[in-house]
Amino acid sequence: MKPLFDRWSRSGALALALAGLAAVPAAAQDLIKAPTPEQMAGMVNKGDTTWMMISSALVLLMSIPALALFYGGLVRTKNMLSVLMQVFMIVSVAALLWVSYGYSMAFTGGSEWVGGFSKAFLQGVNAGTYAATFSNNVYIPEYAYVIFQMTFACITPALIVGAFAERVKFTGLMVFTVLWLTIVYFPVAHWVWYFAGPDFLADAPTDAGKLYLMGALDFAGGTVVHINAGIAGLVGCIVIGPRIGYGKEAMAPHSLTMTMIGASLLWVGWFGFNAGSNLEANGVAALAFLNTFVATAAAAVSWALCDKLIHGKPSMLGAASGAVAGLVAITPASGFAAPMMSILLGLIVSPVCFLFVSKVKQWLKYDDSLDVFGIHGIGGIVGAIGTGIVADPALGGQGWFDYTKFPAVPGAYDMMGQVITQATAVGYTLVWSGLVSFVLFFVIKKTIGLRPTAEVEREGLDLNDHGERAYNY
Amino acid sequence: MLHRTGLGQFCGLRNAWGWAGMKLITAIIKPFKLDQVREALSGVGVQGMTVSEVRGFGRQKGHTEIYRGAEYNANLVPKVKIEAVVDDDDAARVIDAIAQAAHSGSIGDGKIFVSTIENAVRIRTGEVDETAL
Repeated sequence: MKPLFDRWSRSGALALALAGLAAVPAAAQDLIKAPTPEQMAGMVNKGDTTWMMISSALVLLMSIPALALFYGGLVRTKNMLSVLMQVFMIVSVAALLWVSYGYSMAFTGGSEWVGGFSKAFLQGVNAGTYAATFSNNVYIPEYAYVIFQMTFACITPALIVGAFAERVKFTGLMVFTVLWLTIVYFPVAHWVWYFAGPDFLADAPTDAGKLYLMGALDFAGGTVVHINAGIAGLVGCIVIGPRIGYGKEAMAPHSLTMTMIGASLLWVGWFGFNAGSNLEANGVAALAFLNTFVATAAAAVSWALCDKLIHGKPSMLGAASGAVAGLVAITPASGFAAPMMSILLGLIVSPVCFLFVSKVKQWLKYDDSLDVFGIHGIGGIVGAIGTGIVADPALGGQGWFDYTKFPAVPGAYDMMGQVITQATAVGYTLVWSGLVSFVLFFVIKKTIGLRPTAEVEREGLDLNDHGERAYNY
Repeated sequence: MLHRTGLGQFCGLRNAWGWAGMKLITAIIKPFKLDQVREALSGVGVQGMTVSEVRGFGRQKGHTEIYRGAEYNANLVPKVKIEAVVDDDDAARVIDAIAQAAHSGSIGDGKIFVSTIENAVRIRTGEVDETAL
């Protein structure tokens, strides 16, 4: 009879999932509170598992080659290879750190600030352990969850390099990456994403991260990934200083073709990032997919309009920048907003980022080479605050679910309160990532060095740091 | 349009011994005119040429490029340089052909320079001077 019982609990959970996370009272008696791993084994859906592994591969595609090409195309020929190599190595180093202790620091209990080391080197994780999703009694293999979250740890530090591209020492950057992941990324991922799971939180309502307990909504990582990386980039480019000749010499992108390919692949990979963050292949995943598509399209259009109105010509770089700004903005809202609200968010984010990269940056005279703060930081903040508005069920949003009840029930939505919570979460991230990044950059600058000599910078990082050229023709 | 035709007659000079020699015709033109010029040169019997992509400036002052609001003055404008070595007797026609084909009337159409070539050798056969062209 046991297999039959398992099948019943699975179909109940599936109905729950298909109803867009809405709790179905009739299924309640089938649900098992705090299931054992053996019971969880019967609550795994092969479709969900498949989707998570495909999504993980898509998110890896976002770092390499997408981000590397997007950034690489924007630097001068002499520094192209250095950007490719920086992104490639950061991804590799981050993956190793993640399985060594990152996953454990981010996704085990402990305090609300940071997890422990009980799963360091993936001890206790095997093919028979499971990770919670956002539905009662629906699980995915823990390995699939480790992989999916690993790809996020890989791309976030890689985003930072754009801020000080063309003038950073490779070794100093690698040391920064290791320390920043350890002190900033793993804890912040814990603050936002760690919770005991829908089947366990009712019994342990404080077993979650700081910002999760505060009620911050971040569907796919607007705070953890984009604001986190954006502010680190801003601090980094200020500590390192502007490029030689910045504002005087032409520093035109060497290949907008590469940049367009990169931006397009980012868009494709982002479906894994956002729709994958639902952890289940269901209606909400499809919603996140659709939102990721249309918000990005809207942002590309509105940036092109800004270009046309202000500079007289719609530029390809503008369209690509707009698309990335749209992707960043929709990230925290992707599983919460209605599609029409996503379009609105996309239309709004581009003019804000446009103003930032083309005007504010020039007024303040800092050299964020590839606009990491202007697009990821500012776009992330617009998205995080906007999420508080568009998630409101009154605007067709998904609202939030109270997992301290078993089974989970929709929580009462207070838009003003949610916006304040979102802003607070943004503040926590800006302060922590900003402060720690400043200290790390400063200490590395004073010890092993962060910036190459003027001669090396003039000649280009490719030959000096890597002994190669990007192009030989 | 006086300057466009008959330019070549001034170039039909003889060398110091009175023999017909060779001329190197160097033309700097707008890149999009390359195909027309190449066809025009084939039309007047030019057997070979060397084409390079070059940058430079003259009276055409360049243009402005804008990347995310940062304006750059591209004062070195992309051009195409064509080099062809021809028999003295053909030089006038070749110069006329280039001047006509590369002409658009707007600033930046380019220039033609003519210089004397002392010797030429075809590597494969060892033929020299005019027979090597």
